[in-house]
Amino acid sequence: MAQMTMIQAITDAMRTELKNDENVLVFGEDVGVNGGVFRATEGLQKEFGEERVFDTPLAESGIGGLAVGLTLTGFRPVMEIQFFGFLFEVIDSVSGQLARQSFRTGGRYNAPVTIRSPFGGGVATPEMHADSFEGLVASQPGLTVVIPSTPYDAKGLLISAIRDENPVVFLEHMKLYRSFRQEVPEEEYTIPLGKADVKREGTDLSIITYGAMVHESLKAAEALEKEGHSVEVVDLRTVQPLDIETIIGSVEKTNRAIVVQEAQKQAGIAANVVSEITERAILSLEAPVLRVTAPDTVYPFAQGENAWLPDANDIIETAKKVLTF
Amino acid sequence: MAAKQVKQFDPVKTLHSIEEQFEMFQVLNEEGEIVNKDADPNLSDEELTELMTRMVYTRILDQRSISLNRQGRLGFYAPTAGQEASQLASHFALEKEDFILPGYRDVPQLVFHGLPLHMAFLWSRGHYLGSAFPEGLNVLFPQIIIGAQYIQAAGVALGFQKRGIKAVAMTYTGDGGTSQGDFYEGINFAGAYRSPAIFVVQNNQYAISTPRELQTAAKTLAQKGVAAGIPSILVDGMDALAVYVATRDARERAVNGEGPTLIETMCYRYGPHTMAGDDPTRYRTSDTDNEWEKRDPLIRFRKYLEGKGIWNEEKENEVIDRAKEDIKEAIKKADAAPKQKVTDFMKIMYKGDMPSNLQEQFELYTEKESK
Repeated sequence: MAQMTMIQAITDAMRTELKNDENVLVFGEDVGVNGGVFRATEGLQKEFGEERVFDTPLAESGIGGLAVGLTLTGFRPVMEIQFFGFLFEVIDSVSGQLARQSFRTGGRYNAPVTIRSPFGGGVATPEMHADSFEGLVASQPGLTVVIPSTPYDAKGLLISAIRDENPVVFLEHMKLYRSFRQEVPEEEYTIPLGKADVKREGTDLSIITYGAMVHESLKAAEALEKEGHSVEVVDLRTVQPLDIETIIGSVEKTNRAIVVQEAQKQAGIAANVVSEITERAILSLEAPVLRVTAPDTVYPFAQGENAWLPDANDIIETAKKVLTF
Repeated sequence: MAAKQVKQFDPVKTLHSIEEQFEMFQVLNEEGEIVNKDADPNLSDEELTELMTRMVYTRILDQRSISLNRQGRLGFYAPTAGQEASQLASHFALEKEDFILPGYRDVPQLVFHGLPLHMAFLWSRGHYLGSAFPEGLNVLFPQIIIGAQYIQAAGVALGFQKRGIKAVAMTYTGDGGTSQGDFYEGINFAGAYRSPAIFVVQNNQYAISTPRELQTAAKTLAQKGVAAGIPSILVDGMDALAVYVATRDARERAVNGEGPTLIETMCYRYGPHTMAGDDPTRYRTSDTDNEWEKRDPLIRFRKYLEGKGIWNEEKENEVIDRAKEDIKEAIKKADAAPKQKVTDFMKIMYKGDMPSNLQEQFELYTEKESK
């Protein structure tokens, strides 16, 4: 076992799959010699050569098109979108082409592509870098959307994503890249896609969340514990498809739930989770299911983001409303 | 110290000197005479006859498709008449292992690459089996998003290069397509990697109704290759021999590791943009139509072949009859395709297990369909 940050775990997952399968290719802007702007691909070009790990010209749509074409010749591309805020430049390749490739070819050409991208806020990037667009891609049939919250999960989930036969959007929260270390096995292991993980058990309230908000939720849960509330934290890990069994199982146990996401409130993952709970477990509920989210403005500029991002205090406040309903 | 002499740079002059380089390449003139003896590919009689056969066949396929569409027996259809040389002579330079990424007007090339005709009809009708192409047929479905096939072709070409396969990725778009970002990204990526792609721009003069001169200030579309650092050529797209030679040379360079080529074929679409209500009389005159019809690719190639004594009315009629017969059979086959079910769509969304949300819906629809 080694102590790894999330970004080290991500590099390790790519190294594992580059070793395991010669059809795996890693490419994107600055991923070669430079090892990526966050160093996610550090050392990979040196280890596996320029044929397998390579830089692309600066054009996100081109990167997506390259991935499509490479699948048609039997490769398994791991493409990097340097920041997920640049999704709009490549959305046709992601949603219009890759997500539909199996359908549009009657199942002949599946698209085993992993679309890796840093996202989420709190690290003072320039504008258009930090957006949380997971809801946008989750609304596209054909895509699986994965968001790890820990180094351990990141490695196991990324290996699963690269081995998956269908396109997976793998979103890496920028604030979590180096925020803490965790024991991560050096050998390979997988974590199944579509399975949530109960990060903290409790009996009075379920907090259903993902990404960086898992850690804010855990902080909130600890604070609430001190006031005598037993709070469960469910980390979705995959936001499309949702792990209905775990979500409903938790809600049926606690009878109260809040859903927490860093993204804005309108549409989005949290709304999906609330819908599933009301469709499937309304009779178990003792209180309305509330959401903690960012407000419905565009993502603010760097100095304004901390006032805007949801945090543990917002979660505690909403949790109390539901606990005392 | 004397001031360093700086050579005056004249950007206008530079532009003009580049543009002047792009003269239209022609081998066969409108009278069916070889005007560029050095460039004559010296195809055998069999090859010349085969190319003519394909062009005649495609003209009939076009006429019948239009009429079938009007009868409600075909769906989406983009007419091809006028573009036969551009489509079939470029394809004629390819091998089976080459991979085609077509636009939606490029169905004839797919048919001659091995696509069963009834599948082309099913695709037109909007049946999912129409793009469930058979194994071993190296083509992608006709792309609907203008330009997307260009960046994907760069990917296929890079894949061939990495695997050491001596084959090319061949892709088509129109004059309008060259205004898309993906057009530039595609030619630029392939150029940067020197990968074996051939980018064909079929300049049929109109993007739906928008004339070529409104698309760009560039004098030719071929010159756009210069910015990407790749060889490019402007070809008479009504001249089958010129199109063939340009593509053959591009393919040869590509498989020899010399990278991609951009080919602009000057041609004309006689018909509407598609059969979905486009009326060309709103944006072009019959004078223009007549002007282009004089340059018809079939007329000049027929004259050339008749001059060689290898083509006649009887041969042409044989091809016409065969095309009509094939179309009749293919329509019958298309009519026999099973009715589409929602569960069919669900089954082809993913390879392997369906995600849980879809699995749940699959069970619901299976029950619904069994009633």
